[in-house]
Amino acid sequence: MATPATEILQVPTIRRGRVRDAFRRHPTAIIGGALLLAMIAMAILAPYLGTIDPQAVSPIRRLRPPSELYLFGTDMLGRDVYSRVVYGARISLIVGLSVAVLSILIGLALGLVTGYVRAVDTVLMRVMDGLMSIPPVLLAIALMALTKASVENVIAAITIAEVPRVTRLVRSVVLSLREQPFVEAAVAAGTGFVRTLVRHILPNTIAPLMVQGTYICASAMITEAILSFIGAGTPPNIPSWGNIMAEGRSVFQVAYHIILFPGIFLSVTVLAVNLLGDGLRDALDPRLARRM
Amino acid sequence: MLAYIVRRLLATIPVMGVVAVFVFSLLYLTPGDPAVVIAGDFATAEDIARIRERLGLNEPFLVRFGTWLWAVLRGDLGVSIFTNLPVTTLIGQRVEPTVALTICTMLVSVALAVPLGVIAAWRAGTLIDRVVMAFAVLGFSVPVFVLAYVLIFVFSLELELLPVQGYTSIREGFWPFLERMILPSLALGITFMALIARITRASMLEVLSQDYIRTAQAKGLDTGQVLVGHALKNAAVPIITIIGIGVALVIGGVVVTETVFAIPGMGRLVVDAILRRDYPVIQGIILIFSAVYVLINLLVDISYTFLDPRIRY
Repeated sequence: MATPATEILQVPTIRRGRVRDAFRRHPTAIIGGALLLAMIAMAILAPYLGTIDPQAVSPIRRLRPPSELYLFGTDMLGRDVYSRVVYGARISLIVGLSVAVLSILIGLALGLVTGYVRAVDTVLMRVMDGLMSIPPVLLAIALMALTKASVENVIAAITIAEVPRVTRLVRSVVLSLREQPFVEAAVAAGTGFVRTLVRHILPNTIAPLMVQGTYICASAMITEAILSFIGAGTPPNIPSWGNIMAEGRSVFQVAYHIILFPGIFLSVTVLAVNLLGDGLRDALDPRLARRM
Repeated sequence: MLAYIVRRLLATIPVMGVVAVFVFSLLYLTPGDPAVVIAGDFATAEDIARIRERLGLNEPFLVRFGTWLWAVLRGDLGVSIFTNLPVTTLIGQRVEPTVALTICTMLVSVALAVPLGVIAAWRAGTLIDRVVMAFAVLGFSVPVFVLAYVLIFVFSLELELLPVQGYTSIREGFWPFLERMILPSLALGITFMALIARITRASMLEVLSQDYIRTAQAKGLDTGQVLVGHALKNAAVPIITIIGIGVALVIGGVVVTETVFAIPGMGRLVVDAILRRDYPVIQGIILIFSAVYVLINLLVDISYTFLDPRIRY
């Protein structure tokens, strides 16, 4: 067993090398990462990409099919679908990333405590089991039903639906780690409770959590779109991919472009995140990668 | 065996208890007065008072929970605020399409995904394997309703092979029922299929490397017998487990699929209830869906003992 000092010095270099190596072997992860970066760039640069005001109503130009002037056509209020789709990327990405970060942080805190404190474990895990037996989309819908439609509330609702799974993951990692010789050695050497947790347990949860985070990001983007699509998500005055599709629902048979374009962008973005997640999993968890 | 089933059955009680507490307290978890929230933006003071009375909000929390739980246990889910009908009646009218859609989806998904996973594992590393795995990644990425619209566009609007929307009961003829179930089941099943195919492949890969598979091949059994009789049978436990867990995906997807295909089921009911803030209906449907989910996973747990005689409890 290496002393803590050399351990800290060595681990990052080894891991960075492994990641780079794995990315070379997994071109799909690079494609996913590049696509995701492109989407993020598009979301940030939305005003400079030849877009007009995504909310500008123009009743004379309703339901125009895609053309040179209106790349993705117009919707039933004459709004430019291209501009709405480009701006809509902001909502999907903000929701996806926020939910991933928040649910990982909350799940990590809860998981570390439940994995280490027996008394908390029994109570909290029963609660988590109960929450997990409500299908996550339904749980998010239920929470949204009683709050005002806003992006913050969408993020909160989806985060609550995702936390139990993260907690369970962290808890299982912690439970297997605390039996490991290096943790026992640290405890035997008189390392305090908090220090053991932060110094020895926490670093080992990062790899699985990064992988889990990408999958949560992907599913949160889909859930946001579902919520907005059924009218319980992002408010109608903010263009999000789910909203745009919801508005195109009634005119799908005559103007399918309103649904088609946000649908493609949503699918491609989720695919990009999933590819990145698969790449990370292969790189960080070779044991699991061989099985999947 | 019987003792095990009873023990598992008892273990679902605390889980459902948490669900019940959560569903009940949803109303109170949100900031503000639930009566005001339910009444909506255009409510008068009278409306709010009426809703407050209806929900029994003037009673203490524990009394309300006790009354509500006792009613639920006797099969009374309350009365819809919007229609004034009992929630159980409303759900009763909507159960059939949802059950039909869920069963069709699960049948189609399992029937397609398990063979795909088996073939991918059998031909691991080849083009077929890559295609199946690519399909699995795509299946996780294309949202249910996006695929639903693509399917409608291709098969209903362009090719005019299948109806665009709607639901016909199986009592009115098998074909009219089936032709309206094909697209919804495929759309709803895509993520479920991806999940099952992936786990089937992983589980089969592990089993195919075992000695008894080589023995089976060595004694001259044909490939089909080895794959199904020896390998799949031993790979079944993780597959059944993921089918049970994946039911959550199907239930979540039902809500959207029924909206896209205008199917008058429980998913559609819950969407309407949300738009009308008809909270007793939302609570009732979440309770029932969760109970079904817990029950299915209970059956999965019990099925282990039949699938794998080595598992003894």
